Amino acid sequence: MNINLTLISQMVVFAIFVAFCMKYVWPPIMKALDERATKIAEGLAAAERGQQEQEIGRQKALEEMKAAKTKAADIVAQAQKRYNEVLDEAKRDAQGEADRIKTAAHAEIEQETNRAREELRERMATLAVAAAEKVLEKEVDASAHKALLDSFAKQL
Amino acid sequence: MATAELTASDYIQHHLTNLTLGWLPDQGLVFAHNAEEAAAMGFWALHVDSLFWSIGLGVLFLIGFRKVADNVTAGVPGKAQNFIEWIVDFVNENVRGSFSAKNDMVAPLALTIFAWVFLMNLMDLVPVDLIPWAFGQFMGLFGADPHHVYMRVVPTTDPNITFGMALAVFFLVLYYSIKIKGMGGFVGELTLHPFGKFGMPANLVLEGISLLSKPLSLSLRLFGNMYAGEMIFILVALMYGHNMVLSLGGGVLQLAWAIFHILIITLQAFIFMVLTIVYLDMAHQTDH
Repeated sequence: MNINLTLISQMVVFAIFVAFCMKYVWPPIMKALDERATKIAEGLAAAERGQQEQEIGRQKALEEMKAAKTKAADIVAQAQKRYNEVLDEAKRDAQGEADRIKTAAHAEIEQETNRAREELRERMATLAVAAAEKVLEKEVDASAHKALLDSFAKQL
Repeated sequence: MATAELTASDYIQHHLTNLTLGWLPDQGLVFAHNAEEAAAMGFWALHVDSLFWSIGLGVLFLIGFRKVADNVTAGVPGKAQNFIEWIVDFVNENVRGSFSAKNDMVAPLALTIFAWVFLMNLMDLVPVDLIPWAFGQFMGLFGADPHHVYMRVVPTTDPNITFGMALAVFFLVLYYSIKIKGMGGFVGELTLHPFGKFGMPANLVLEGISLLSKPLSLSLRLFGNMYAGEMIFILVALMYGHNMVLSLGGGVLQLAWAIFHILIITLQAFIFMVLTIVYLDMAHQTDH
């Protein structure tokens, strides 16, 4: 219980410990604490920002979707129109082709008919000449009576 | 362990004597063999046990904290860092709450005081006889008489230790008072309040007492609490070894007092720290 040199020693030791603590212990720990506080604040701010951005993104996505839908509807409408156009054109073309073929067929039929008629007429003429030969029992000069025979054939 | 050849007062006396290293006129530099010799050594003697435990615990505290401070991270802290940060944060809160001026030394000072005093107080929870007995046996190996080998393991029950710290704080208070307020301001604070300049002597007496009471109350509070606590542990320890009932009662009492003491050692460390902060804050106040 005596007061002695221990007291002064303790004071010196105390001063040394405080100095050490002040230099090597307190600042790094405090720095880390402050840094973490900053980090957390930044993190919270970032989270806030992220939420806002997400909201904006959502709005944007909705708009995009709406635009896409409109566009899709446009495209469908256009396609419908084009489809109708193509259909009409095809119909028209088909009609034209059909008409053409029909005309050609008519013409051919006409031609064939004419040709048949001509042939028939010639056969008739030959037949008539032959008949006449038989009737007259004499050779008729076909070339001399061609005009007569032709008019005769035409009357058939 | 009050044995037959040792009376109760001898036992207590033994526990309250420090391991004192000093000069004796007839023996030179020796460890005191009894309380009288220790007293005879006068001022130029060292309490080796108090200093050993005080420095040892202080170094333990600094190494522990330094280790964490070395690997400190602002990211996810480990368990040790978490614990240290908890203490640092607690001290920092107190400093910020009570200390309004700007001084980078106060917070580390407060941390040192809190952790160090707490650790020194904590030695009180080690059973009172354990370390002294072991040390006595150990020194017995070198031919010393275990009954005259002293060892006090709680530095804060040594007034040298508490006064040493309180005086250091007191000098800091004086230093900052003069630094912040100037010599004139400090002297003025001591002499011009509370009665104005015509009551100067009365002012000086009042303010002087209030100034001097700071280190005194600071150190005596800690010393008194720890000394009384240790004394009770010693008295409880006296109950052992007589008979079954007393021993059991002693065991219960020791446990109860130890649990209560956990509160006291923490509280005293905390009070020492807070008062230091407050005194230093007062030293930094320019307007009275």
